[in-house]
Amino acid sequence: MVTSPPSVVVVTGVSRYIGARVAARLAADPRIDRVVGLDPHDPPAGLLGLLDGVERIRADARAATEAIADLGAEAVVHLAVTSVPDPQHGGRAAMKEQNVIGTMQVLAAAQGTTRLRKIVVRSSTAAYGASFRDPAVFTEDTEPRAVPRGPFARDILDIEGYVRGFRRRRPEVSATVLRFAPMISSSAETSLTRYFSQPLVPTVLGRDARLQFVHVEDALEILHRSVTEDHPGTFNVAGEGVLMLAQAVRRAGRIALPLPESALSTGAALLRNLGVEQIGLDQIDLFVHGRVVDTTRLIREFGFTPRTTAAAFDEFIKAHVAGSTLTADRLAAAERTILDGIRRVRAAAEVSVAESAPAGRDQP
Amino acid sequence: MSQHEYRDMLPGHAEFRLPAPAPAQRVNGRRPIPEVPVAESSAVQAAGDTVDVWDQRVAKGLAFLRRRLAGSYEVDDFGFDPELADALFHPMLKILYRDWFRTEVLGIENVPADGGGLVVGNHSGTIALDALMLTVALRDKHPNDRHLRLLGADLVFRMPVMSELARAAGATVACNPDAERLMTSGQLVGVFPEGFKGIGKRFADRYKLQRFGRGGFVSAALRTGTPIIPVAIVGAEEIYPILADLKPLARLLGVPYFPVTPTFPWLGPLGLVPLPSKWLIQFCPPIPTAHLTEFADDPLVVYNLADQVRETIQATLHELLEKRPDPFGP
Repeated sequence: MVTSPPSVVVVTGVSRYIGARVAARLAADPRIDRVVGLDPHDPPAGLLGLLDGVERIRADARAATEAIADLGAEAVVHLAVTSVPDPQHGGRAAMKEQNVIGTMQVLAAAQGTTRLRKIVVRSSTAAYGASFRDPAVFTEDTEPRAVPRGPFARDILDIEGYVRGFRRRRPEVSATVLRFAPMISSSAETSLTRYFSQPLVPTVLGRDARLQFVHVEDALEILHRSVTEDHPGTFNVAGEGVLMLAQAVRRAGRIALPLPESALSTGAALLRNLGVEQIGLDQIDLFVHGRVVDTTRLIREFGFTPRTTAAAFDEFIKAHVAGSTLTADRLAAAERTILDGIRRVRAAAEVSVAESAPAGRDQP
Repeated sequence: MSQHEYRDMLPGHAEFRLPAPAPAQRVNGRRPIPEVPVAESSAVQAAGDTVDVWDQRVAKGLAFLRRRLAGSYEVDDFGFDPELADALFHPMLKILYRDWFRTEVLGIENVPADGGGLVVGNHSGTIALDALMLTVALRDKHPNDRHLRLLGADLVFRMPVMSELARAAGATVACNPDAERLMTSGQLVGVFPEGFKGIGKRFADRYKLQRFGRGGFVSAALRTGTPIIPVAIVGAEEIYPILADLKPLARLLGVPYFPVTPTFPWLGPLGLVPLPSKWLIQFCPPIPTAHLTEFADDPLVVYNLADQVRETIQATLHELLEKRPDPFGP
């Protein structure tokens, strides 16, 4: 197995936050000569600054196949996997096109590239599906017991299927599949961070899911290491520990609004038709079943421990104080007020009893 | 005695002392007089008015409420919330355990002081109250106040509200990965291999152990080298005696059985009150499995061990029934 970092790295999906950040990090790494960013879309202005040292090729997946071969890529980092349909870029149809067909074509191109040594694919813990018979904690070897309802989860299952095929056909290429828990940080914007930033957070009535998050910086570190070091295999990437959904909502100082599952699904579908993508079936599945993964393999193989779920979420809360109502400080203040009130009332009652009692006894 | 002397003896005067209460005696697990530890009462008397019990209680309650509302509590990977279990579930269940069922626990010394253990019990009682009472018994009687982590049917986790209560109380889905993960992390795991066959059986079949399934619990214990502690529970059979099972209705509702008891469904919600039977819980000596780790996939070893556990529980049940001639006795 080769252990030296690859000299030419192709990163797909650089028009999005994670892709741009990874490309920038790799470009800043002196051990890597050339970082090429592939994406059918232009990155937004906010990310352009990051991509200074990155050659960008604006091409869809089919054109990309030629690009990967022409460039003589030694490593491909496939990050063009979207979790939420983007109404500006064609909605769910385009999302599926990008996730499934895009992955297929990138892997096909990678398969035909002789110099390729390494491929890193972004996956998600949604790969474990959602079933009531699921074990509480998923290891990398757990097979999904039921096909999930969410479109993203289905895409992920397809993507991992293609990677399995790739591994069979090119066993000498080190393929790393990283199953990320939902990412969170003070600045990143994902559907889940938007969800937790609302003042009133809709949840599923009668369900309290176990959630895990991974800090964006830790996710970037893991992605970086999987390019520069050799870590073939599938790895769960998540922060240790668990936050219950209700607990997370409370820690964020928001107010939970429990809705029956059917009402939530209908409401989400209505909003989707209006072009507002707040929560989809993926999120509802997550909120009903919860998802906790075992990260022992990641920590052992990468020698890196991501910060805990609670710590990652704390950082997110600190950056999103606006919009919170029931903060810990206010609750503590309310507790003191109530306690003082009760003490005053009791003290007053005791004084009045003490005043009346001797008077009553002195009566003949 | 002069009037002054008499008045000075009345309550309210500092030197007046009520005669000391007789020491509390345990009668069948029920405490007729609240037990007051001697040391504590003397400490309270010595401190006088400075310790305000009610103030402490109010402050404690408010702090608990604040912690819950602010989300500042810890939950483990399985969703177990020890704070909520200790503050809410156990006190409520303990009323049922102590005052309603007058539970007596025998052989608690057979439960390991620490480290993993698999507690295997007989299942009965229409709804799984025996599992909850076993949890309370271990928390109440074990010197180290151990938490029992129950393995439940997936039906429990399919139901909203119920699933979250079960997880918060420390239960998880009955599957080998979860059982092995709990046991390797040194937890005490509770399992009822009879499952619905046990709790849904007729009153006529009471205290007859049903089939033990495929013995998945044994292979989980063997794989992790965890000792198996058989436990016999007497009393749960009489709480909701099943006279008949309306199978078509059960199929319609998607539940494994629909019980007809002397009180349910005739009395409506009142039929949900369990009959006050007398409960006995006996923990049997642990069966070590550390030397059998390589036989976890050997069906013969697994089946024989499952059978041994089953026979132990059945024999202990007969012994306990002899100790308790009257199901509703004191």
